[in-house]
Amino acid sequence: MRIKNSPTYKLPRLGLHIDLPLMILILLLAAFGLIILYSAGGQSMAVLMRQSMRLISAFFLMFFLSFIPPHKYKSWTPTLYFIGLLLLIAVMIIGRIGKGAQRWLDLGFFRFQPSEIMKLAVPMMIAWYIDKKKIPMSLPTIIISASLMLIPCALIAKQPDLGTAIMVAIAGGSVLFAAGLAWQFFALLAISGAVAAPFLWHFLHDYQKKRLITLLHPEQDPLGSGYHIIQSKIAIGSGGTFGKGWLNGTQAHLNFLPEHATDFIFAVCGEEFGLIGGIIIITLLTIIALRGIYIAKNAHSTFTRLLATSLISTFFLSGFVNIAMVMGVLPVVGIPLPLVSYGGTAMLTFFAFFGVIMSIGTHHIMFEEKVR
Amino acid sequence: MNKKLFAPQKKPQRSIQEVLTFRAVFLQVVFFILALLLCVRLFFLTCFQYNHFATLSLKNQMKILPVTPPRGIILDRNGVILAENRPVYVLEVIPEHVKKLEESLANIQKILPSLTADDIQRFQKERKQHRRDTPSVLKMHLSLEEVAIFASHQYKFPGFHISAKLMRHYPFKKKMAHIIGYVGRINEHELKTIDNLNYQGTNFIGKQGIEKYYEDILHGTVGYEQVETNVNGKIIRVLSKQPPVSGRKIYLTIDARLQKIAYKALKGVEGSVALIDVKNGGVLALVSRPSFNPNLFTTGISSKDYKELLNSKERPLFHRAVRGLYPPASTVKPFMAIAGLEGGAVNEKFGIRDPGWFMLPGVSHRYRDWKRTGHGTVNVSRAVMVSCDIFFYTLGHKLGINSIASMMSKFGFGELTGIDIPEELPGIMPSPIWKKAKKHQSWYPGDTIITSIGQGFWLASPLQLAQAAAILSQKGVGYKLHMLNKMIDENDNQIIYSPIAKSPIELSDPHYWQIVHDAMHAVITNNEGTGYRFGRDAFYPVAGKTGTAQVFALSQNDHNKKTIITNKYLKDHSWFIAFAPVESPEVAIAVMVEHEMTASQVARQVLDAYFQGRNNEFIKENISAH
Repeated sequence: MRIKNSPTYKLPRLGLHIDLPLMILILLLAAFGLIILYSAGGQSMAVLMRQSMRLISAFFLMFFLSFIPPHKYKSWTPTLYFIGLLLLIAVMIIGRIGKGAQRWLDLGFFRFQPSEIMKLAVPMMIAWYIDKKKIPMSLPTIIISASLMLIPCALIAKQPDLGTAIMVAIAGGSVLFAAGLAWQFFALLAISGAVAAPFLWHFLHDYQKKRLITLLHPEQDPLGSGYHIIQSKIAIGSGGTFGKGWLNGTQAHLNFLPEHATDFIFAVCGEEFGLIGGIIIITLLTIIALRGIYIAKNAHSTFTRLLATSLISTFFLSGFVNIAMVMGVLPVVGIPLPLVSYGGTAMLTFFAFFGVIMSIGTHHIMFEEKVR
Repeated sequence: MNKKLFAPQKKPQRSIQEVLTFRAVFLQVVFFILALLLCVRLFFLTCFQYNHFATLSLKNQMKILPVTPPRGIILDRNGVILAENRPVYVLEVIPEHVKKLEESLANIQKILPSLTADDIQRFQKERKQHRRDTPSVLKMHLSLEEVAIFASHQYKFPGFHISAKLMRHYPFKKKMAHIIGYVGRINEHELKTIDNLNYQGTNFIGKQGIEKYYEDILHGTVGYEQVETNVNGKIIRVLSKQPPVSGRKIYLTIDARLQKIAYKALKGVEGSVALIDVKNGGVLALVSRPSFNPNLFTTGISSKDYKELLNSKERPLFHRAVRGLYPPASTVKPFMAIAGLEGGAVNEKFGIRDPGWFMLPGVSHRYRDWKRTGHGTVNVSRAVMVSCDIFFYTLGHKLGINSIASMMSKFGFGELTGIDIPEELPGIMPSPIWKKAKKHQSWYPGDTIITSIGQGFWLASPLQLAQAAAILSQKGVGYKLHMLNKMIDENDNQIIYSPIAKSPIELSDPHYWQIVHDAMHAVITNNEGTGYRFGRDAFYPVAGKTGTAQVFALSQNDHNKKTIITNKYLKDHSWFIAFAPVESPEVAIAVMVEHEMTASQVARQVLDAYFQGRNNEFIKENISAH
């Protein structure tokens, strides 16, 4: 057993397993998010309070998860994954009985989306599986890992929740990437994706097809599905370098910009704080990601390394996809801006990610694990 | 190099540690590059395309809305309101904000049963002429109850709203319909001719009569409001305002009291009355009956009501006073007398013996007198008084058609009076040139004969006859007819209409005027005068002339048999023209009653009303003179 002497971020006096730089960065981003949300939410104190309460409970969740040592996570992994999978199937069956999209599982006192669990469970499961096998991975290992990811993805996409499905795919894929999956596989994936695209097209829902078409030609349908993209580009572009000023964004306040408190909140930031505000968000996201990878790099087991890398990648790529979508580079998919968008579920999930990452970063004595 | 780094599984000597570390570092680089790409895109949007998007953003929130100017009101000479603006509740729709229009229309019909298929049809038509983001009217004149019902359901109908509008209203309804005209929705044809900028907020335009003729004055100038709107078009606040300039207030020469009395005098018949001020050409009353309610047109008349008006046998939409063209018949005799005296065809002493018929030399056709037995010995004064046809056949034959036509056009026959009613028709003053041009036939001597008693091709409107009577009463001095008296702009500046004098008729001997005036006075006062129905008990001296316009020409032989025509629409029309008082004329009147012989009684009622309105001293003075 080789124990690397890494700097400790444990706060002995409080007994918290907190990575201080990461904590500060998260706080900064969340605080900036609240400032934007106050404006985007129509200066509603109720909206602000609700989001603050969620943030506080999310922080508690993070503290709680950071306490649990990584080997516990590892031992729970298969159970968590299969419970998640069962819940997804349950949701699907209930959805059949009901009508239309079914994402929620109503437990009476608590409603939650099983797909959120999978954001965490899928990378854990793949990391757990790869950890059991050898690195470099053999072809069967790769195929099984990919299946572990694709099955829940397909179930989630069927709900239909393309945004979450993509995030789960990113989470699973990033484990494989971090585990050194050969470039040839990614190339193969890209080629087969291109070949399969026309066939997959038929499996997309109409609204999903429309969004793809709209991305290419938003002006074709300025009042229909192109409207989101046009209005958010107007919001960001009209912000200029320094923005119209806090609370002065007309696009959001006069309701021209749809979903301005949730998925399109970056456009509000762009309109009111301009280029500067946008760069602040992008920079915070990036530094958090770099810090996350740093923690992953210094983790002591293959499982924790892969898991931390995957979670932080999911966080960053969610942000990237969201911002690219708001700026009209990627199609409109329902992926929120991490830590900034209004809404509880996604927020809790990301804080859970950070809880696990911090646990990995602060529990550096691994009893039954060593890097092979 | 690449292969070494990027294909770790082929280099088994590479430790897992190295592979994982390499991939982690690689991801850091990828994230950095992705972040950079986002920043570049952001920079592109906010800096390079700033102007483009800033403009679009402004366009989104700012709207310039037209503010409709209130239409100028119309009053009579004494300030009685003839056309005003009344506030009404209107249901409007902004099509852009309605998702399922057809469905919403069906639903709104359920809560507002008064919304008819006609309304919807009209709305659908109007909607296509407007921009999608501007309101179109769905239903006019909502009752307060309907407003309340809609208000409670409004949340179900985004894009529908109720607004208070000023709607034109005509308190005199049928009595003034033809002269005031009415406003109606701007149609496609008008859309091409109006100033689109000034009519941005205007739905209505003058369609007929004064409303049309003075459209420019009545409309005013549109104002603007710059507003900030949200995505639903709801106005958040008004940023700047340029108030509209309201249309000018118009005072007419019309006397509402006389108009009302004249309208009532025509009760039960089709006909018209024109009463004009001989001193300046101002029209005091101009009635055409039957009439229609112009208020129906401002709201958009239903097709059923419109068809009813259009197909009615009495033709209520027809403005008889200016468009009704009838043979002027015997009413032309005073003017013919002037023409004959001036042209030398007759003189004061010239007389004929009237056997009851007239024959052109070498033609066997007998032109009959209205009185079968004839009038005995007749000179010009007596000819006017008893309305002797034979005398005027002789006069016309001697004078020749060209002299007749030239003098009659000086009295305004065959020409527009120029009154401020756009619908006016000029009528026909026949002449050889006219007949050649219109009928492609040459002029026959017989044409001259029947023209001499105002029959044949000659057609004139009641207003033209009133004008001719006015010129006659003023001994040749005439004025352009008008209804505009004065207008007042919003700064209370008065612009008073100044009468336009026509070039006067100069006679070689002004005494000729007196001969005719006296003869016309005798028409009323003399036992043999044809104007006996008017009544010589009038408390003011009147000079008049009757006329009977033939509708159905009897053949020569039938004339003797005194066939009684029973079909109402084949009966003759009656005319009466007059001016009063004889010595110093103030007003001239022309009355046309279709298929009835009551024209002079109608004229009596109107003139009585006019003179009763004068002060008592005048009445005393003239009763003694009578």
